[in-house]
Amino acid sequence: MTWMDVGHINDIPLRGARIVKTPLGCVGLFRTDVAEVHAASNSCPHKGGPLSEGIVHGQKVTCPLHNWVFDLTTGAAVGEEGRIDIYPVRLEAGRILLDGTALGKRSAA
Amino acid sequence: MQQKLIVIGAGMASGRVLEHLTEDAHDAYDITLFNAEPRGNYNRIMLSPVLSGEKTYEEIVTHDDAWYDEAAVTCRFGERVAAIDTAAKTVTAENGDVLAYDKLLFGTGSTPFMIPLPGHDLDGVIAYRDLEDTQAMMALGAGNKVVVIGGGLLGLEAAAGMAARGVEVTVVHIMGHLMERQLDEAAGYLLRKSLEAKGITILCGANSKEILGEDGKVRALMLDDGTELPCDLLVMAVGIRPNVALAQEAGLAVGRGIHVDDRMLTSVEDVLAVGECVEHDGAVFGLVAPLYDQARVAAQTLLGKEAAFVQKSLSTKLKVTGCDLFSAGDFAEGEGREDIVFRDPSRGVYKRLVIENDRLVGAVMYGDTGDGNWFFGLIKDATDITEMRETLIFGPAYQGGSTADPLSAVAALPPEAEICGCNGICKSTITDAIAAGATDLGAVRATTKASASCGTCTGLVEQILQVTLGDDFQMPAVQTVCGCTELSHEDVRRLIKSQALKSQAAVWQELGWRTPNGCHVCRPAVNYYLLADWPVEYQDDPQSRFVNERKHANIQKDGTFSVVPRMWGGITNPDELRAIADAADKYNVPTVKVTGGQRIDLLGVRGEDLPYIWSDLNKAGLVSGHAYSKGLRTVKTCVGTDHCRFGTQDSTGLGIKLEKILWGSWTPHKLKLGVSGCPRNCAEATCKDIGIVCVDSGFQIGIGGAAGMDVKETQLLGQVETEEEAIAVVIAVTQAYREGGKYLDRIYKWLAKVGLDWVQAQVMEDLENRKALVARFELSQSIYRKDPWAEQAKEAERFAPIADLTLEAAE
Ligand code: SRM
Ligand SMILES: Cc1cc2nc3c(=O)[nH]c(=O)nc-3n(C[C@H](O)[C@H](O)[C@H](O)COP(=O)(O)OP(=O)(O)OC[C@H]3O[C@@H](n4cnc5c(N)ncnc54)[C@H](O)[C@@H]3O)c2cc1C
Ligand code: SF4
Ligand code: FES
Repeated sequence: MTWMDVGHINDIPLRGARIVKTPLGCVGLFRTDVAEVHAASNSCPHKGGPLSEGIVHGQKVTCPLHNWVFDLTTGAAVGEEGRIDIYPVRLEAGRILLDGTALGKRSAA
Repeated sequence: MQQKLIVIGAGMASGRVLEHLTEDAHDAYDITLFNAEPRGNYNRIMLSPVLSGEKTYEEIVTHDDAWYDEAAVTCRFGERVAAIDTAAKTVTAENGDVLAYDKLLFGTGSTPFMIPLPGHDLDGVIAYRDLEDTQAMMALGAGNKVVVIGGGLLGLEAAAGMAARGVEVTVVHIMGHLMERQLDEAAGYLLRKSLEAKGITILCGANSKEILGEDGKVRALMLDDGTELPCDLLVMAVGIRPNVALAQEAGLAVGRGIHVDDRMLTSVEDVLAVGECVEHDGAVFGLVAPLYDQARVAAQTLLGKEAAFVQKSLSTKLKVTGCDLFSAGDFAEGEGREDIVFRDPSRGVYKRLVIENDRLVGAVMYGDTGDGNWFFGLIKDATDITEMRETLIFGPAYQGGSTADPLSAVAALPPEAEICGCNGICKSTITDAIAAGATDLGAVRATTKASASCGTCTGLVEQILQVTLGDDFQMPAVQTVCGCTELSHEDVRRLIKSQALKSQAAVWQELGWRTPNGCHVCRPAVNYYLLADWPVEYQDDPQSRFVNERKHANIQKDGTFSVVPRMWGGITNPDELRAIADAADKYNVPTVKVTGGQRIDLLGVRGEDLPYIWSDLNKAGLVSGHAYSKGLRTVKTCVGTDHCRFGTQDSTGLGIKLEKILWGSWTPHKLKLGVSGCPRNCAEATCKDIGIVCVDSGFQIGIGGAAGMDVKETQLLGQVETEEEAIAVVIAVTQAYREGGKYLDRIYKWLAKVGLDWVQAQVMEDLENRKALVARFELSQSIYRKDPWAEQAKEAERFAPIADLTLEAAE
């Protein structure tokens, strides 16, 4: 794993989201609680809705286009067939760390 | 031969080490105990009860002279260890004495962190750590003012202790809710409520800027918004830092704290450390439970026995009478977890359990913490809870027991709570009527008038009947807002008003929400109700809005946005058109379309470009058209008397005036107006939410039109003579709709519920009421009549990706 610092948790509003551009496409960072962030694909499997624009509630996000709901801890759609990729995140002293290897960056080694 | 042990610091951790040592092997060591404080070991955590007057200092002393005598400890209190020579194995006391040791134990604790604000070194700025600090606070009483910076455990205990002495206390906390490290929002809300009930003022989300002084003594705290909070004493309780200076100088390995291994040995031979000054496996400590474990291990190590310190989950309580909270484990982080929430609004109880892989990993509770230790045990032992999952939240005594009463929110209402806003009927009037024999809705209506007017409180009246009569009353099924609550929209609206609920956390708790923070269905509705009812006190929450309202643009199917600037009353000019054309060029806008609402839509703008295109349009005087909002959209006009040979009044002018008054206001659903200059009705005013048709003798005002999925013609509210009156009526009816409408009901749906007669009575007949509605609308507009584009353009970085990992060189 290669942990990469992508920003501070306070750069994301509580129950809001921001995106990170990666070689695998846009990944959404969802701040579900004061000290909790989840990383998941930004693209809805239904019709490609940008999930980071959805409403974040509990540990879920609702797609802004047609209201599919995804569990950010598993990536599974709630009550629908479909899932989104989720990625490991670490929080260290407020900094958000993503695993570059999992996001398709070639590791430095 | 007896070995020499020197202990630096007579704290809670080293005190325990001494107890274990002297109990297990009374004369293994010849012990010398240094303490910088001029006293021996006392129970530091009990300083709070001393402060509040519930205990005296004498009662919290853990080791008195007799004890040290008995244990043959040489005490050097009020003396600091100044230096250590680990090669020669000696310590130097402040007075120059040099003492040799065989074993050395650090127990230097930590020092309070003082934010280096300008003025932090003034007289009267203190921390909360020792007896001296406590005494400084105890010297105050009624007539004194204190500011406490920090809404964590220590700050709140200090605040409550002084409040108990009659001091006027204000707590300034930088985060959104109190004790955010231990509590979630709901518990933080309840805690705040209890503390406020003790007369403490609490400011959350408040940033301190400067401490102001006079003659070298503190006078006030200034916040970054310029507010000054006068105070005689300022207590900073914002955190602690392990006290490592001495260890560092002596050459011990130090990170955040003094590095120790599992046996509490430091990097230097024969030197141990325990307590808040240590760092073990990356962690530092701030509560006594783990320090006691460390003390036991250190004593064993000193006695040459095997023992290892293991970090465990921690639990927190707050030692403030009447604030019953408990928090344990990890409820803020982790993957694949599930929440169980229980709320009993009538008792002010909130409990939340966090479960992961069939194990309890975290618990937060407020109000009823009796089962706290049982839950804590389940967390520590990682007990499999599959079997008791359903009833877990009710604790050990209630396995298989009762569930929350869905009506408890109504049961909890005080007798004077207003239930029927139209007729000013409070709860006790209704319960009295029930007691006097009105046992169904019709009878209550007939005797009290409650729910006899607009009818939005019908659900509440029924619930009061149910609460009062029990099974004798058959409740009709209600349409709830969503799965998070048992209540209907109407009930939630009424309860927000009658219970004066002013935050989302308050709504979730007091109305017994089943989820920690709602869902995409209820949050936008609750956010709207709160801002409509408490425009000044409540702060709009963008995260509870659908993307269009959060981004102030309409999202398109490909994730781009549309930008629609306002064209007041449909009037524009060459400069505005040029600015729109320039923006379309500059931001490569693929489609420029004239809308059905008399303005121009720039479709296909990239999200990241929004703040920039807005700021360009702003420069030409163009502001947001709110084409995305549940709020005022357009006011369509026709050319009226200015140009048209049939025009009877200045319809364009009136339309522009109305749009300038109403823009920016939020409504239950979108609000569209039309003003036509004559009954030919070229502005299609009779199919708008509010439509005005000008006639020779004045203005005909109709409401409840629509031309979407339902096509509706407006109903005539009335005719007025002057433009001024027409404007007042439009504002009043808008405000009545804002105050009573169900979220996502357009005016025509609201009208079908309340009836045209009722609206006429409110805004056409009762002129005092019309005035009051206008005044309330104006109050709200003092906050909301502004261009969101201009505000958002200042935070352009929020619209960009937080990071771009495609750009960074990989190797
Ligand atoms: C742009 C525009 C069409 C156009 O090119 O002319 C438009 C576009 C949309 N309309 Fe509309 N409506 C537009 C005028 C109208 C009109 C005509 C009017 O206002 O005179 C109507 C019928 C009148 C009425 O509202 O009663 C209209 C009735 C609707 C409805 C049905 C509402 C209803 O209560 O049944 C919806 C759906 C909704 O709001 O839930 C809707 C929703 C939408 C949305 C916002 C759909 C959405 O949520 O994404 C469309 C956004 C497109 C975009 O990305 O910009 N639009 N829409 C018009 C913008 C007017 C403006 O300047 O603000
Ligand atoms: C008001 C208050 C309330 C609290 N409430 C709770 C609670 O409810 N629950 C809980 O678990 N924890 C609570 N705590 C925290 C708890 O008190 C600490 O975790 C604990 O006291 C730390 O023990 P310690 O032995 O590491 O340090 P301390 O108890 O701070 O002892 C360190 C001692 O070392 C002395 N010293 C430092 N340097 C030198 C030197 N060079 N020479 C000689 N002496 C030196 C200091 O003067 C001090 O007396 C509270 C703390 C405070 C201040
Ligand atoms: S009628 Fe309105 S909502 Fe339907 S496709 Fe056209 S713009 Fe979109
Ligand atoms: S694109 Fe996400 S629900 Fe349709």
